[in-house]
Amino acid sequence: MAAIHYADQRFELEPGQSVLDGLTGQGVPVPSSCRAGVCQTCLMRSTEGTPPTAAQHGLKDSLKARNYFLACVCHPTQDLRVVLPDAEEDRQTATVRGLDLLGGGIMRVALECHAPLDYRPGQFINLFQGTGQVRSYSIASVPGLDDHIHLHVRRLAGGRVSGWVHGELRPGQTVTIQGPAGDCYYPSGTPGQPLLLIGTGSGLAPLYGIVRDALAQGHCGPIRLYHGSRAPEGLYLAEELRALAQRHAHFDYIPCLSGPDAPEGYAQGRVHEVALRDNPKLDGWRIFFCGHPEMVKLGKKKAFLAGAALRNIHADEFTVGPATEPGA
Amino acid sequence: MSQNTPSLYEQLGGQAAVDAAVDIFYRKVLGDDRISHFFEGVDMDQQAAKQKAFLTMAFGGPHHYTGLDMRRGHAHLVAKGLDDSHVDAVIENLGGTLRDLGVAEGLIAQVAAIAESTRADVLGR
Repeated sequence: MAAIHYADQRFELEPGQSVLDGLTGQGVPVPSSCRAGVCQTCLMRSTEGTPPTAAQHGLKDSLKARNYFLACVCHPTQDLRVVLPDAEEDRQTATVRGLDLLGGGIMRVALECHAPLDYRPGQFINLFQGTGQVRSYSIASVPGLDDHIHLHVRRLAGGRVSGWVHGELRPGQTVTIQGPAGDCYYPSGTPGQPLLLIGTGSGLAPLYGIVRDALAQGHCGPIRLYHGSRAPEGLYLAEELRALAQRHAHFDYIPCLSGPDAPEGYAQGRVHEVALRDNPKLDGWRIFFCGHPEMVKLGKKKAFLAGAALRNIHADEFTVGPATEPGA
Repeated sequence: MSQNTPSLYEQLGGQAAVDAAVDIFYRKVLGDDRISHFFEGVDMDQQAAKQKAFLTMAFGGPHHYTGLDMRRGHAHLVAKGLDDSHVDAVIENLGGTLRDLGVAEGLIAQVAAIAESTRADVLGR
């Protein structure tokens, strides 16, 4: 029978026993709920060995591709080394190679990882300020196009980590990162599928990575990027995106301003409303939402009601960490 | 004796039928003004997983729901005014979903009957 390796221990599975039962029966606290391969509470990842496809039923393709599986319905035929999604200790160090203000209070941080980082544009990494504070930032760079990992860090009022990035970080400095993680990225295999990307503020970071990744991989279906802000200065990288749209006829960049007046060249309105108004039928589309949590929530619902399948909706809510903690 | 008779779940198409139904059903529910307010602010992916579990049960498939789970899971909605009319709306959307998928009326009635059997627990009676 197959054995499961978890946290340096070996667990022998009895005939017919699931990975979940095998682990929890020996006191490993794996969270679970439905125990029927439905609710995805018992999501785990295999770091060695391929989980059976039956244990990946219903998972997003991006999760399947990285050997995630549902422990409650996993009956492996080979040994697996498994981790819980949150328990992955994958920290490493990186050197800051560039700090560029892009406009709109956004700093592009370029990092050179000391060990190769296997990431997909649009995933996120955690950035540590010393050993204490940590924030998640999406990856805007594309392997093969960019030498380093690019993050877009917006300076937040009273923001600890963003304040440190903007005020204290210097090229040459070493930082600790963890990851990558997240399933907000371009999946290979459907080059003709229409893509709709909707972001606010620094939510452009993952979308900038995803768009360029899709184009680099030869995506031939329409790609429409809507970036929203209150004022034109918030729409950073606009020149680069306009140039990209000029070079690729199937890529459209639509900058949106939510303020009362929109100068020529901008759409007026909240970004998800403009995007859904322009594209009211979303059957068969793949959609990415990144940025303000309220926009992401509303947008997901509207896109779903407009016909997009849930498995084709990817989202990253940019929640803001505690600004200044009491007594700090 | 029932070894050779396919179960309701098998007749409907099993897991594949649940997968085909979940988006249609959830879209109907969210788009139904009678009940959509109960779903405001919930995480859509988590909610879809719950819908899937519910459909699996209503289709006569394998599940681990108990009456107590149903009571606990809906108590906060009952407090917000969940009543018979809302259960009616859900069962109606369930039937509409199966009709969209071309399921025979006889099977739809069986699914509706299973859903109906949870009414008292859902409403905490």
